[in-house]
Amino acid sequence: MFYFIAKRTVISFFIMLAATTLMYFLTISSGDPFEDLGETSGPEKAATIAARTAAMNLDVAPIPRYFLWLQDVGHCLVPGGISCTLGQDRTGAAVLPQLENAMGSTLRLVVVATVLALVLGVVVGIVTAIRQYSTFDYSITFVSFLLFSLPLFWLSTLLKQYLAIDLNTWLDNPQFSYLTIALIGVVAGVIWAVVVGGDRRRRLVVFAVAAVATALGLYLLLVTGWFVTPGFGVIGMLVSAAGIAVLWTALLAGFRRRRVLNAALAAAGVSFAGYLVSIQLLNDPNWLVLVALVVVLAIICYVVAGLIGGPFRAQAARIGVVIAVSMSLLIVVDRLLQAYPTLSAKAGGRPIPTTGSQSANLEGTFWEINLDYALHLILPTIALTLISFATYTRYTRASQLDVMNQDYIRTARAKGLSERTVLVKHAFRNAMIPITTLMAFDFAGVLGGAVITEQVFGWNGMGKLFVDGINAVDPGPVMAFFLVVGTAAVLFNMLADIAYAFLDPRITLS
Amino acid sequence: MSKNDKQRDDSRPSVELSELTLLSQDSDIAGSPRTRDQTARVQTEAKSQGKLIRERFFRHKGALAGITLLVLVFVLAFSSIGFAGIPGWWDKEYDVLADRFNEGRPTLTLWPFSLGEHPFGQDVLGRDYFALTMRGTQTSLIIAFIVGLVAMVIGTTVGAIAGYFRGWTEAFLMRITDVVITIPTLVIAAAVAGIVAKAGIVPFALFLGVVTWTGLARLVRGEFLSLREKEFVESAKSVGASSTRIIFRHILPNTVGVIIVSTTLAISGAILLETALSYLGLGVSAPDTSLGKAINDNRSALTVRPWLFLWPGAFIIGIALAVNFIGDGLRDAFDPKQTRVKQ
Repeated sequence: MFYFIAKRTVISFFIMLAATTLMYFLTISSGDPFEDLGETSGPEKAATIAARTAAMNLDVAPIPRYFLWLQDVGHCLVPGGISCTLGQDRTGAAVLPQLENAMGSTLRLVVVATVLALVLGVVVGIVTAIRQYSTFDYSITFVSFLLFSLPLFWLSTLLKQYLAIDLNTWLDNPQFSYLTIALIGVVAGVIWAVVVGGDRRRRLVVFAVAAVATALGLYLLLVTGWFVTPGFGVIGMLVSAAGIAVLWTALLAGFRRRRVLNAALAAAGVSFAGYLVSIQLLNDPNWLVLVALVVVLAIICYVVAGLIGGPFRAQAARIGVVIAVSMSLLIVVDRLLQAYPTLSAKAGGRPIPTTGSQSANLEGTFWEINLDYALHLILPTIALTLISFATYTRYTRASQLDVMNQDYIRTARAKGLSERTVLVKHAFRNAMIPITTLMAFDFAGVLGGAVITEQVFGWNGMGKLFVDGINAVDPGPVMAFFLVVGTAAVLFNMLADIAYAFLDPRITLS
Repeated sequence: MSKNDKQRDDSRPSVELSELTLLSQDSDIAGSPRTRDQTARVQTEAKSQGKLIRERFFRHKGALAGITLLVLVFVLAFSSIGFAGIPGWWDKEYDVLADRFNEGRPTLTLWPFSLGEHPFGQDVLGRDYFALTMRGTQTSLIIAFIVGLVAMVIGTTVGAIAGYFRGWTEAFLMRITDVVITIPTLVIAAAVAGIVAKAGIVPFALFLGVVTWTGLARLVRGEFLSLREKEFVESAKSVGASSTRIIFRHILPNTVGVIIVSTTLAISGAILLETALSYLGLGVSAPDTSLGKAINDNRSALTVRPWLFLWPGAFIIGIALAVNFIGDGLRDAFDPKQTRVKQ
């Protein structure tokens, strides 16, 4: 294991070295660094040329110039003492501070998009595999092919020009006519009926229940002005807590073990109590406080659920932790939503921004600042997520179907395990193994896609650093971008290999 | 005599027994040899591997729709404004400025169907947008197919050599692949585009192909690694076949499925890559135009003239979708184990 990691690290290092060489020479030969000065004349031109030559070491031959850049990178690897700048851009400014500024917003975008695409893609992929050859399966297949074929910049521009403007206008005065509510209900009903499947009678019942519930819920939300002052409220949190407990128990344990259900409900109760206690604590927290509270809640739920679980202690305790984390997430979302009215007022009633990664000079609480980030993320994340979602769905479906046809699944069914146990414990876990490799590949792809999304939405992220660098034939920013992206790609590939060996004992690392 | 008779008697049953066994064998396989031949001829007609694949492909509705759409787009793009000096049936040029007619709105009406003066409208400078879109479609298609072809040739060669010869050759080639794969396609393509985009679309496409072969090389290598251990390769070696012969005659035909399928996907990827690069201002440059460039040129006009944005977009999606469905059909045809469509 250790030997494997050491070997891979050494190989990865040399691969990165070769890749930087390739990238560096491609960049410096991609054009003329003085092209933009072609029209100007006079003493300023000579001065700019001199300054640029000094900053970019243009008086040095290309190969030694690459080694000069390598030396700058080397400074960052040596701890302490020597200044770490990652070289200079063409104006003579150090690249590292620019990269640090740019990295935050881009990583936020990429991580959120990847996580969302992964969760949605896996869930939908599993459902399509279980309902193979159903209407739902065919529709999702078609949709994912469509998403595969969408140019990212085109989708992003459409979202920016149409969705954002319409959504902002609607949020300004959130009302629907009765006809629209009914239509949304019907659409939701059809989707649920297709997902759940079954014979005609069952489909009709599902359709009716889902349609009425959606329409009624939407009506209540509109009447109570939820879209103006969103949030779950105490009642909403209580209902959600019970719902989360039942849902996770159904998924992870089933209802045959009554004690596990009781433990889950107790954990939900504890989490709800935690919510009531934390109302005052969480008015303006920071990340450290937040994480600490989540950990404390998880530990309490672990203990409580474990005690109630009795003979099924381990299972109950695990479900307790899952419930604690889900509830924490819900509490965070609730607090973010509560910050919405003040933030919306600060944004002049147009809450969904279409440019930039954050509002300039925004002063506010922790929640307002993070909600501001989240609102800026909405459009680019939708664009990036939709495209990765297609990949994850296809692969999950193929992988799950592959596993479901294995002999051990037939054995599991034959020995009388419930369908839930077969699907969740025997099939799902094994189907997830190939997805780890896909994640490693996809992350690098999403980083590349972020270049385009940032361009469309006018973010000052790493993508802009890269595109501007390429256009100006300025290797400093381009290479800084590549160092991050390439390292991420190499690192994720290595992690995927290690994860693979952990998840599949047949593979040995050597 | 008696002795003879006795001998006969002794031998008799055994003859009968053998005849009986033969008869029973016959009846087991339903009838005499002649009828057996006939039924076999009626029930199963000999099918070659190629015929089976073709049949499976044409059963795939998505693939059929895809191939129809792609052919339609091809015919439309190349026949309408002509190609390489041959005039087409559309009378307007993509680079001729004209007065804007009705603010440049599209004149296409579906019912009753009529193209009108400018079916896709006119751009800000009054150029006929139908001709421009067709020109862009031609460029994008040419680029995509060249990229696919180059990627196929390089990827197959690298993968085949690495997978067949193993050892240092493999280590060397695969490390090169690793180096190129570390750089996201869009990033390396953007760097390459800066060097060659101004040289015209064919060199541009060739270089894009040079940086997008890595995925195929890995797949082909994997196929070669497993196939070179098979008995038929062993037997070819034992009769003294040369490496070239084994690679081309024995192994390569078995990897055609993988190669064709991933080339198809590379083509649809290339369409999107080219448009993305052109959108970033790094791809096709004037006087050439492509679908991505058409969108990029008109991005500021989106709110007032949405058709300038929608038409090239529709063509990009149409082509990519068609190629993806064809790829899916080919995958099902070559590898029935992975079938996605109910047979």
